Amino acid sequence: MEFAFSQEQDELRREARSYLESNADAPLADLRELGWLGVSVPEERGGGGLSFVDEAILFEEAGRALYTGPFLTTAIVLPALAHVDDNAWSVELDGLVPHLDVVDKVLREDMTTVAAEGESLETMDETRPLGRLAKNDGDSVDGDFEPVRLRLLAALALEAVGVAQKALELGVEYVSAREQFGKKIGTYQAVSHPLADTYVETELARSLAYWAAWCVAQESEQHGEQAPVAVVVAAAKALAAETAVAACERSIQVHGGIGFTWEHVLHRYYKRAQWIDAFGGHAAKQREVVAAHLLD
Amino acid sequence: MDLRDTPEEAAFRAELRAWVESNLTDEIRRGRFEEAGRDWSRKLHEAGYAGLTWPKEYGGASAPYSHQAIFLEEMARAEAPPHVGVIGLGMAGPTIIAHGTDAQKEKHLEKILSTEEIWCQGFSEPGAGSDLSAVRTTALLALEGDHFVVDGQKVWSSFAHIADWCILVTRSDPDSERHAGLTYLLVDMHAPGVDVRPLRQITGEAEFNEIFFTDVKVPVENVVGEIGGGWQVAMTTLLHERGTLGFALTAGLESQIRKLIALAKEKGATEVQRDAIAYEWIGLQAVRYTNYRSLTTLMKTGIPGPEGSGAKLWWSEANQRVTKLALELLGSEAQLLSANGNRQPGYWQHQQLRSRGNTIEAGTSEILRNIIAERVLGLPRSR
Repeated sequence: MEFAFSQEQDELRREARSYLESNADAPLADLRELGWLGVSVPEERGGGGLSFVDEAILFEEAGRALYTGPFLTTAIVLPALAHVDDNAWSVELDGLVPHLDVVDKVLREDMTTVAAEGESLETMDETRPLGRLAKNDGDSVDGDFEPVRLRLLAALALEAVGVAQKALELGVEYVSAREQFGKKIGTYQAVSHPLADTYVETELARSLAYWAAWCVAQESEQHGEQAPVAVVVAAAKALAAETAVAACERSIQVHGGIGFTWEHVLHRYYKRAQWIDAFGGHAAKQREVVAAHLLD
Repeated sequence: MDLRDTPEEAAFRAELRAWVESNLTDEIRRGRFEEAGRDWSRKLHEAGYAGLTWPKEYGGASAPYSHQAIFLEEMARAEAPPHVGVIGLGMAGPTIIAHGTDAQKEKHLEKILSTEEIWCQGFSEPGAGSDLSAVRTTALLALEGDHFVVDGQKVWSSFAHIADWCILVTRSDPDSERHAGLTYLLVDMHAPGVDVRPLRQITGEAEFNEIFFTDVKVPVENVVGEIGGGWQVAMTTLLHERGTLGFALTAGLESQIRKLIALAKEKGATEVQRDAIAYEWIGLQAVRYTNYRSLTTLMKTGIPGPEGSGAKLWWSEANQRVTKLALELLGSEAQLLSANGNRQPGYWQHQQLRSRGNTIEAGTSEILRNIIAERVLGLPRSR
């Protein structure tokens, strides 16, 4: 049993972090140039020939940097296609399509693809609008939607871990510098303990998100516990989304007034965290999947 | 990344599981801990499962930490009683291996493995709980220079009532303060002046003890490390207490959650309770896989990864929630000690009351959060 990334994977993480930190608004085409689209698609189908575990690193880092483009949706659709193409993709779930305004094509739950035409709706997270598709006939694609849905939920869990990690780092940085009553506020346990809780929860969520990524990559039943991949993925999304939301809320609280302003970046992370929790079903909805597996 | 057992790990697991099936009898499972636990511990030793991670030269198996993790998982799966020598195997032994003299190793290590010697821990005192550096039990060097005279009181000591030896943290320099002037001793529990009194706890049973030391003579050859250097030695002991602790805790929680799920199926659960059960199962898997990440780091670098530092914190609070949830599932019968000959309510009442100790023993949750804040997150120190 080895639960760690390889040296090559650590190198990919360093590259992604360094690039995304200063290019959170880069167009999707730039990420394609870097070879970050279709990472887990076999080479003979135009992909990178790596695994979903490699791709997992990019989802997490995109969350940490709050990347604005349709990277996640494109990356999880590409493995469903016969061949990797140059389109920006999204996916329709519960009648809603993320980034409908900027993508080229959309994969629907009935495994048909359509042009990205329809009405785009504003969302709380300004960088991730949702849209409703116009009624167009689509072209059929081979395969089932379920693997796409599993990749989507796992990717959202990974993105949430990146969001939680960044919210934690911002909080730690702030309370280590800010002084009140002549002391760094991080010395007060009422301030430091919530951040310790965020650390613990983020590491727990990270473990589940990586476990989910590994299960998705294996495309098989995972080891030990007799839980199907769908249950593992639901568990990972439930914990990661709630962890990210709580991490942002605690970070806003320890920032005090500045954390409540539009000017500070935290509200963007907070809104992304809530977007992640909502899309594909909130944590309580995911736990229903787990409960049914355990109890029914 | 590969989350499956390696072929070698799978072979170890299969062999162990087969061994448990043919050796763990119902008598051992149901027997009184003191006797049945000793029998079981001897069997484990004879089969080579005691001291798995100890070096071969000291009678261990020099096995990788992954074997210890598999061992703990399989013991929990089989509902096996704990080894009665946990303090010797997990704390005293590794401390003697790291800091002990050749004579101490010769004298104790084999007997710890064979359960011939049961050990207890004398760290906490009425005035020194979270703050171990406030220890006041004294060890004064006699004029002859060949022994210490120990006086004082220790508390919350598991196994002291059946123990043969004690790892004891004392203050050997009465003028010293805090971390300086402490000396780490190996004390014979059968020596004159050692008095063990059971400490009746919230559950009604006496799992822990108070130990009173009155003019107890301890030979100087029983000092571990340097005289006055006891703090460093004690830290080694605590490091080992927390080493693969995560796996033992996860194994225990898994067993509780398995029982909780069975209870929910039997009694029925509301939507709210179903959600809570799913939440606890998810948390259990998260701690389990966090342990695996920490273990991978431990096997690569010799030091467990920092992510494992939250395992005890999460486990203790989860165990409190899980046991309360079980009482809730029992409904009105939850307060009966037994219902229609079924001892289930009593089991969960006991577990629920016992769980209140989980956030206090082996590092209170407040201390653990301080450690994470200061040592992992690097926040400014509060003290």
